[in-house]
Amino acid sequence: MTPNRSILTNRSVLNSDQFRRALSRIAHEILERNGGAGEIVLIGIHTRGAPLARRLSRLIGEFEGLSPPVGTLDVGLYRDDLASGAKPLMRPSHVPGSIEGKVAVLVDDVLYTGRTIRAAMDALTDFGRPKQIQLAALVDRGHRELPIRPDYVGKNLPTSRDEEVRVHTSETDGLDEVVLVTRTPR
Amino acid sequence: MTQAVESLAARRHVLDLDDFSRSEIEAVLDNAAAMKEVLQRDIRKVPALRGKSIVTLFLEASTRTRVSFEQAGKILSADVINVTGGGSSTEKGESLYNTALTLQAMNADVIVIRHPHSGAPHYLARHLAPSIINAGDGCHAHPTQALLDLYTIREKLGRIDGVTVAIVGDILYSRVARSNLWGLTKMGANVVLCAPPTLLPPDFIDGARMDETHPFASVRIETKVELALEGADVVLALRIQKERQKAGHLPSLREYSRMYGITSSRLEEASPGALVMHPGPMNEGVEIDPEVAHGARSVIEDQVTNGVAVRMALLYGLPSPARAGR
Repeated sequence: MTPNRSILTNRSVLNSDQFRRALSRIAHEILERNGGAGEIVLIGIHTRGAPLARRLSRLIGEFEGLSPPVGTLDVGLYRDDLASGAKPLMRPSHVPGSIEGKVAVLVDDVLYTGRTIRAAMDALTDFGRPKQIQLAALVDRGHRELPIRPDYVGKNLPTSRDEEVRVHTSETDGLDEVVLVTRTPR
Repeated sequence: MTQAVESLAARRHVLDLDDFSRSEIEAVLDNAAAMKEVLQRDIRKVPALRGKSIVTLFLEASTRTRVSFEQAGKILSADVINVTGGGSSTEKGESLYNTALTLQAMNADVIVIRHPHSGAPHYLARHLAPSIINAGDGCHAHPTQALLDLYTIREKLGRIDGVTVAIVGDILYSRVARSNLWGLTKMGANVVLCAPPTLLPPDFIDGARMDETHPFASVRIETKVELALEGADVVLALRIQKERQKAGHLPSLREYSRMYGITSSRLEEASPGALVMHPGPMNEGVEIDPEVAHGARSVIEDQVTNGVAVRMALLYGLPSPARAGR
């Protein structure tokens, strides 16, 4: 970013309490929509989706006495932009047991263009045929490029394309917080 | 994605490990771990390299390396075309350059080459647009074998740094030993090389590497196998080719076997739980006893499986030729 330098301003859009409440609400909504936790598998998308999926499983366990199994998915091999740019580092995917006939809830931190979710659906169906795939995102920042919509949203956050949404989780960053980073040209 | 992702270095060719940094090796091994998960799925196919062409050009015999590259490319959805010396225009006397130029004209994105002459892959990399992967050139280098050996050590022992690796056999002619020397020393392993003095590179005998700044300065040389194996965490046996006896390097294979063969009793000198590795193909009963090759400490079959994962990680990491400025 050296050619046009810009000033970065950070604005907190979810503090740790709001973060926690948003996840609790999503957990309740998942239970309500699916009539319990019996058929649910939570699939977190690397990197920040993974701790969020584990958190949702724990919350559902607290509410229902049954924690749904949690998996993680790296969608690197399924991306549609592999022809351009450096290849990202990957982590092994892990899908617990069979997802055949289950309700798989994909969990991601930020929903943006929808391309990651498209890749995640392709990746997931290589592991089996779930009865249904649902989508939970902590933040929906708009600007979809594909016909994809979330089933559960922590916060709808209107953004411009040159802004950046950073999700910090206590597991990965030591703090639960969502920050909106705005660039203003100098 | 909103978060900055760590990514692989944009590497166009894989010719040897001498130009890999430690962090780049670690990145390849990390990605290989993710590839290994793909190998364990019911459906072993991912779309990452859809529409890409990989040509394996093997002008020297090979089973596992060639099949391993073919398998790796196919699991990543690339089209893999195999060319060997016999049955190709090489038999009619076509030069390596012209053969490779033809493959380039047919839009090969990656050429995986094995060649009896050291430096052949480097030569192609200098003159052609596709990415070149060295699958073994003469006595020079075999970087993908070294990477799969590193991966296997890390997978089984949890680390490479501080691990003692004894490489026993035909060091003088071994491209596996050379690439492993680069890889192991960069990753912080203690390397012990063991061979009859006639099969050690002169550099290692005449003290040229005694300078502390030499990358192999810390490498220990032993001509007695019992001393080399003492405390080793990994024993890597190399194949002894029958031709060495003809060339006068060895009195006989039987004598080599008696003096240097890896046997159960010699293995007792190594650390408890030491790994036994071999790049294959093995001459059982010469450099390694069948009982050891197929024994509890042998990870020779794991090496083969890991080879596919490591080659997938390398193929995936290469930039698209369009970006490489074709």
